[in-house]
Amino acid sequence: MATHNFLWSFTKNCFTFGLIGLTISDRYASIVPVRGMSMSPTFNPKTNSFLGSMSDDYLLVEKFCLEKYKFSHGDVIIFRSPGNHKEKHVKRIIGLPGDWVGSPSSYDVVKIPNGHCWVEGDNPSSSMDSRSFGPIPLGLVRGRVTHIVWPPQRIGAVEGKIREDRLSSS
Amino acid sequence: MRKWKLIVKEALSQTLTVAKFLCLLHVTDNYLCSPTLVYGPSMLPTLNLTGDVVLSEHVSHRLGRVGPGDIVLVRSPLDPTKFVTKRVGGVEGDRVTFLEPRISDTCRTFVVPKGHVWIQGDNIYASNDSRHFGPVPYGLIQGKAFFRVWPPYCFGSLGP
Repeated sequence: MATHNFLWSFTKNCFTFGLIGLTISDRYASIVPVRGMSMSPTFNPKTNSFLGSMSDDYLLVEKFCLEKYKFSHGDVIIFRSPGNHKEKHVKRIIGLPGDWVGSPSSYDVVKIPNGHCWVEGDNPSSSMDSRSFGPIPLGLVRGRVTHIVWPPQRIGAVEGKIREDRLSSS
Repeated sequence: MRKWKLIVKEALSQTLTVAKFLCLLHVTDNYLCSPTLVYGPSMLPTLNLTGDVVLSEHVSHRLGRVGPGDIVLVRSPLDPTKFVTKRVGGVEGDRVTFLEPRISDTCRTFVVPKGHVWIQGDNIYASNDSRHFGPVPYGLIQGKAFFRVWPPYCFGSLGP
């Protein structure tokens, strides 16, 4: 009988913690690891193939921005990939609705439609971003990255970097 | 002093109960099913103009089981704070043929790209849908409408 009681209270506690954790991570903040080189040097400045995922950066993501969908240039965001809804990507916002974005390789200038944004990685040589799939709807955004929380020597805020060179002023 | 301690303890446990309840509400609302008020002319023969309350479930889009013919709630690609209710016309790889809006006698065929869905209103004359803004990413789907609860004379399932 005692083990039965213990099991019951244990399940109940697990359930409660699950509920509270899920709510907090949906509405307020969550912690996610970042893999790959597309945002180096901001995240994962050097990937160590020996240690593998041990050297990944962990990011604190806030979700308050999802109430109004107000973003500014240079914010680092987490969004669902437009090609595969199960993947999430982390990139930097370059352009917001109404901006004109030019790409250095081709001479095209693209106007960003309403409700979309232009995202790019900080490492242009190995990043799959708006240069290949075009502007993405803001509805895919799942949060804004504010801090790096792990590893300990890299703890700190992530600041917005505006890259004026990519925006055409017209 | 002891009395105060008791009051604080009581208040804390009450707050915890309320917080747990709100969390449960949030989780059911986001992961199981939630009521939504839909209105507007775009789904006209199926849903009324003046406003229906439909129940939408949030399980099948997470499992990837949204197919042609389902009525889905989609975050509008033009304004992320709004939701639109439309019918899925095709999933990735499908070939969709539609009448061009405004020029109503030319047909166009379009292949839906990977990870996208084609959404279209039932009332093709008054609907702002994939014919205007193109296919939408699957990640924008927020739920699948399956049951109508209001108005009372339309109470019932929204099946095909």
